[in-house]
Amino acid sequence: MAALLEIRDLDVHFATPDGDIHAVKKVSLDIAEGTCLGVVGESGSGKSQLFLAAMGLLAANGRASGSVRYRGQELLGLEPAELNQYRGSKITMIFQDPLTSLTPHMTIGAQIREALTLHQKMPRQEAERRIREILEYVRIPEAARRMKQYPHELSGGMRQRVMIAMATITGPDLVIADEPTTALDVTVQAQILEILRALKTDKKTATALISHDMGVIAGSADQVQVMRHGEVVERGAVDEIFYAPRHDYTKMLLGSMPRLDQEPDIATSPGATLLDVEDVQVSFPVKGDGFFAAPRMLRAVDGISFTLRAGETLGVVGESGCGKSTLARAVLQLIPPDNGHVVWLGRDLTVEKQDAIRRARKGFQIVFQDPLASLDPRMPVGVSIAEPLRALEPSLSRADIRARVAAIMQKAGLDPAWINRYPHELSGGQNQRVGIARAMIVQPKMVVCDEAVSALDVSIQAQIVALIKSLQAETGMAMIFISHDLSVVRQLSHRVMVLYLGRVVEMAVADDLYRDPRHPYTRALLSAVPAPDPKRERARKRTLLKGDLPSPLDSRAPLAFLKSRRIDDPQAEQYRPKLVEVSAGHFVAEHDPA
Amino acid sequence: MMPAAARKAETLERAFAGRSLWADARARLFRNKAAVTGMVVLGIVAMLALFAPFVSRFAYDGIDYSIVTCAPDWWPFEAACKAGPGHWFGTDSVGRDLFVRVLYGARVSLAVGFVATLVSLVIGVLYGATAGYWGGRVDALMMRVVDILYSLPFIFFVIILMVMFDRNFYLLFVAIGAVVWLTMARIVRGQTLSAKQKEYIEAARAAGVSPFGIITRHIIPNVVGPVVVYVTLTVPDVILIESFLSFLGLGIQEPLTSWGVLISDGANIMESAPWMLIFPALFMAVTLFCFNFIGDGLRDALDPKDH
Repeated sequence: MAALLEIRDLDVHFATPDGDIHAVKKVSLDIAEGTCLGVVGESGSGKSQLFLAAMGLLAANGRASGSVRYRGQELLGLEPAELNQYRGSKITMIFQDPLTSLTPHMTIGAQIREALTLHQKMPRQEAERRIREILEYVRIPEAARRMKQYPHELSGGMRQRVMIAMATITGPDLVIADEPTTALDVTVQAQILEILRALKTDKKTATALISHDMGVIAGSADQVQVMRHGEVVERGAVDEIFYAPRHDYTKMLLGSMPRLDQEPDIATSPGATLLDVEDVQVSFPVKGDGFFAAPRMLRAVDGISFTLRAGETLGVVGESGCGKSTLARAVLQLIPPDNGHVVWLGRDLTVEKQDAIRRARKGFQIVFQDPLASLDPRMPVGVSIAEPLRALEPSLSRADIRARVAAIMQKAGLDPAWINRYPHELSGGQNQRVGIARAMIVQPKMVVCDEAVSALDVSIQAQIVALIKSLQAETGMAMIFISHDLSVVRQLSHRVMVLYLGRVVEMAVADDLYRDPRHPYTRALLSAVPAPDPKRERARKRTLLKGDLPSPLDSRAPLAFLKSRRIDDPQAEQYRPKLVEVSAGHFVAEHDPA
Repeated sequence: MMPAAARKAETLERAFAGRSLWADARARLFRNKAAVTGMVVLGIVAMLALFAPFVSRFAYDGIDYSIVTCAPDWWPFEAACKAGPGHWFGTDSVGRDLFVRVLYGARVSLAVGFVATLVSLVIGVLYGATAGYWGGRVDALMMRVVDILYSLPFIFFVIILMVMFDRNFYLLFVAIGAVVWLTMARIVRGQTLSAKQKEYIEAARAAGVSPFGIITRHIIPNVVGPVVVYVTLTVPDVILIESFLSFLGLGIQEPLTSWGVLISDGANIMESAPWMLIFPALFMAVTLFCFNFIGDGLRDALDPKDH
């Protein structure tokens, strides 16, 4: 079959103040009609720039050379007017962040109409009908009403569907999807990938799926191309790449992927109780509808209890908005809980004075998600690492502090000579090591990792997980490991707690939870995780959740899995599902039978 | 040349020594040629002002009616009379030596500029950082006070001060400082509010750093960039306000003088005696440039991300 898109020896250079950057190096690829090419690579591999260059969308300082042919027509070097005959109608793009790629002041309907009528003249009614059809095709409920809404009124998943609708309404031959699901929750990601796959089977649209996630690629791609530092290191059919990788980098990428079906080896075993969290609640005031309306309370954490023992790791899993980060901050007393108790080593922190809490912080520290944002940009990393030590052990001499900093940096895999570097001079992985070193320097009994590896590339993620494991084995610290990624949590946790809209829906020993999930939400979460295993992905029947997370302001929302007890009034005080112990240590919230 | 091992050991040792933001900033500031030039020139002007009586044999209030409004001897253009040897900048409309008067004016202008700015800096940073850090009701109350003070007519305020406490030199500092700190407080508050939201502040709290430590170690270094730039804009501003007050007769009184007074006098007769405008204006312009260069240099030096 002739290739739909043929790229030959494409080079992309960027002129920057620091000199020329060679972002894409002599890359060639073919996309056949009706097939999906997966392009995998870590950040900085040039995978996005490759396609932006092909579409003539490079930034002003970039220039491309080589050849990009669409059905034999050379695209590179075309004038924008000529290029637009193909771009946006025959070849379309879907970007990572649907909020920034939709115009905020235009309704959804108007934006899709613009994409359509720019390329095809048609009467307004005909256009409206087509738009409604396509919105229904990408499974947007109540399409007619949605057309009149603005992008900010839609959730992330809905916006990405709108993007897909915009990209497909002109009937393109090729859709380029650049990390289309990276910003989305795992259940929503599964829905979006399902739509992209349907596009291929129903409409015979070819896709180029760009992703850093081997799991996403495994379930969707026919051909795979692995990129690193602007070069293609390996290409082949999806099964070849996943089952018989030849290049070391591909092997390393596959090896780094945390897998749900992998038995973890966790060294430490739990000891005495460290932390006892009882019925913690945190609410935030949310602006009411009218000018004079009283603020409504958003219950971010709504009555969560758990205990943590020395040396134990508790995994906390849930999608965005489930309150997992708020829970972490409430436990650490960074946000005072409205209700409930946090008992640390027998002392109730919720009644202690600020200064006493501050001193107690020697026992519990936190590692944040975004390593760059959580380090002071004007502080050399050595000073940042030393900060908890200075604050909590003021009697130490400068020489002692320096020795401790050097020792912890070595342990965290950092060169102690880097103490004078600033965060922006280090890579994301190195900065996260700094964050870990800062948390570990006071030798805490407990460390909370709030999405500590989520912002990192897979290979770096694997290194950081290994580092956290080895530090835990060495120090015997307890951990609360918060993540949206169930496979990473599996690798580290003794017990796992699943949150849904501020409440625990299931809590069990990790093995029990992953082998025998009882709650429908846990099941949906587990089935949505893509595995880097093409055969299994193709064979898999998914339990897809319909639609999005409901608004947490709606009091009916937390009862989505117990509709039989629901009172149909968004303001009403609702029934609270109880946790039932189904087997030893395995708690499940009440839910309707599936 | 050192052997490689020794050199490596030395860099290691230096690296281990641990630098602070301030030490780094100083090093970066001294690498900035424009800022260093600014500091040197400003130093020279300040020295001249300080040692003015030793530089010239004329007194700042020595009137000589034989050389009224005379050009300096080297003046290349046509002039009614020449002032004679020693009067490097010529003389003014009552025959006083302009060179000495420009230097005495520098004393007043620089003093007012520095002291009033310093006053506004201290009050403004403390006030603004406090309001921004505590936020909520404290912030609302403190900022309404600023709003009320802002709404008072400045000249009216100065006249009341003069009437109540009699005219004196120090009151000038108070009057100007009392006005300039308001803007400073607003800028610092805004910067603090945005810095407070940053995750590294939460990280510092989680690390056990006390509120005082957070303000001094994290918030102030991170708001200092815009503040420094504002300071360097405030100094010239204050010098101009002083000249405006003096012009109205509320500031410096004869025979003492300031650049503002000299410039406004010179502007009146610039057609017949341009030197009376050019020299004080030149001094003032050079000084203001110096402040701007130093300000730019400081801002860049305090931002480690800047190349």
